[in-house]
Amino acid sequence: MARTVSEAFGRPAIPYAIRPQSKVYSLLALAGLLLVVIIFAATLGSVPIPFAATFQILLSELPSVSIAPSSVEVLGGQLSLEVVRTIILDIRLPRIVLAGLVGAALAIAGATYQGLFRNPLADPYLLGVASGAGLGATVAMLIPMALPWMAFGAVPVLAFVGAAGAVTVVYMLARVGKTLPATTLILAGVALAAFLSSITSYLMIISGKELVGIVFWLLGGLHLARWSEIWVVLPVVLAGFVVIWLHARPLNVMQLDEEQAQQLGINVQRVKITLLITATAITSAAICFTGPIGFVGIIVPHAVRLIWGPDHRWLLPLSMLVGAVFLIVADTLARSLIPPTGMPVGIITAFCGAPFFLYLLRRRKGLAFF
Amino acid sequence: MSAMVELNNVSLGYDHRAILEGVNMKARPGQILGLVGPNGSGKSTLIKGMARLIDLFSGSILIDGRDITTIRRDELARLVATVPQSPALPGAFTAFEVVLMGRTPHLGLLRYEGGSDMAVAWQAMEATHTQSFAERRVSELSGGERQSLVLARALTQQPSVMLLDEPTANLDISHQVEVLNLVRSLCLEQGLTVIIALHDLNLAAQYCNRMVMLNGGRVYAEGTPADILTAPNIRNVYGAEVCVYPHPINKLPTTLITACPPEN
Repeated sequence: MARTVSEAFGRPAIPYAIRPQSKVYSLLALAGLLLVVIIFAATLGSVPIPFAATFQILLSELPSVSIAPSSVEVLGGQLSLEVVRTIILDIRLPRIVLAGLVGAALAIAGATYQGLFRNPLADPYLLGVASGAGLGATVAMLIPMALPWMAFGAVPVLAFVGAAGAVTVVYMLARVGKTLPATTLILAGVALAAFLSSITSYLMIISGKELVGIVFWLLGGLHLARWSEIWVVLPVVLAGFVVIWLHARPLNVMQLDEEQAQQLGINVQRVKITLLITATAITSAAICFTGPIGFVGIIVPHAVRLIWGPDHRWLLPLSMLVGAVFLIVADTLARSLIPPTGMPVGIITAFCGAPFFLYLLRRRKGLAFF
Repeated sequence: MSAMVELNNVSLGYDHRAILEGVNMKARPGQILGLVGPNGSGKSTLIKGMARLIDLFSGSILIDGRDITTIRRDELARLVATVPQSPALPGAFTAFEVVLMGRTPHLGLLRYEGGSDMAVAWQAMEATHTQSFAERRVSELSGGERQSLVLARALTQQPSVMLLDEPTANLDISHQVEVLNLVRSLCLEQGLTVIIALHDLNLAAQYCNRMVMLNGGRVYAEGTPADILTAPNIRNVYGAEVCVYPHPINKLPTTLITACPPEN
């Protein structure tokens, strides 16, 4: 093609270029913060372990590093390395890592949903994921059953099926010919969520002694975390993040209306469906083990957007890291404040997250979100 | 590359209700084709059809001899740029970022904008006099500034065909002239094919090489501005009483209205 704008208007210097340096530094700083938070969270609990010892024990897990102390002084006494390793690696770390993964998954999914729907109220549970998972988990707790994937018990399996199934139904209800209008999708999601929640509520009323377990599950918590669960959630979240992040530029363009995105060469329907499926998959995989932890998916992407701007190429990885840090901190508070059982982390995310978010909102008031 | 746009017996509309039927027209490289007609006559619908934003009921639209339904969407976006009427823009992005979105069809999924893409976007901003607010957020811009931004974005696509839907609607008179002068110079220097929907018959007369007048879902008349813009045509199509005089300088048809005498 011989004709370019530069031939028509000469070739001026560009006095403007997108400056990504500050965002690269932010990413690195957040990654560092995440590591510090993980180690710090591993020191806290009914048996406080010194930061240095925790750091040494974690580092010794790397191949060809062995700097772990032979015994650790805890609460005035000495504990053998074996005991401290078990506490850190088998009890605390799975919970911390799962918290990070779930926080990352919810934040990525939230950023994706908000971008797709161009709606600040969108969160990962918009299309019925949470109520589908809730119904699945409730059914699993009430009806004793043997499922093929019994390693995890019936609850996560049915929660995942419920979550993915709810979104599939919403998707099929909302489809109009070849298109998927956003408003229809949201309204179908809200309606189906209400319908499924009503069934869950009824089951809770007739549930008897299972009620407390159901309520705890529905509030969301990480107390059941095990390594085996992490090996399921981790690949789904990582793969989902890669798929979504590859669509960051189309997602930016889709912040225009759909017609403009289409005429800029974006296959809007395909991008929408790919991102919906991916965001649903990572949300379902994350919450089927923990219950629908609230507030992370809506607040973290907004906070990131307020601080670092709306470009999804940065918004998605930054949200992932902030979501991980936020949920680890929240869960550490949740299990430290009322020992030994702790409280559902969803209470902490909302109680601590909301005021901080309102502060950001006040500070940047009047600026556009999208 | 230059591309002729050809419409053969095109019918299109929304939800099975036809807005336009049996439209035949041709737009040639290096020419500006004006679409005029009253509100609701289907100017915007026709432009959406040519951008393949809505499907045709029947007939075909050819660009450079190729049916647009056979062209992949990203390739179509390299051929055809659209400047929609009062488009929604995301307020949190900067003006430059919005213009840079015009490079989308030139980039694959995995490629990000490079220096040459930024150069193209920046030149488009210079041409449209939008570079002075390049780093401001879109939410802070006026309607006219946003309109110019969308034009810059269309230039950034480096298209062969440009479809403009009322590009001057939000602009004051000097910006109207500026935008249309720019469109005309692109059209002449680069052999761009321009199709432009306009309400202002005087602007249309001054800038269009040929015009298509739409009325009641059909093409009412086609020809040069002097052929189309006559007092009887305007009376029949718009139901408005006007006088049409030759422009004192270039003799192009100029439409004048007369207000009813004030009642007292």
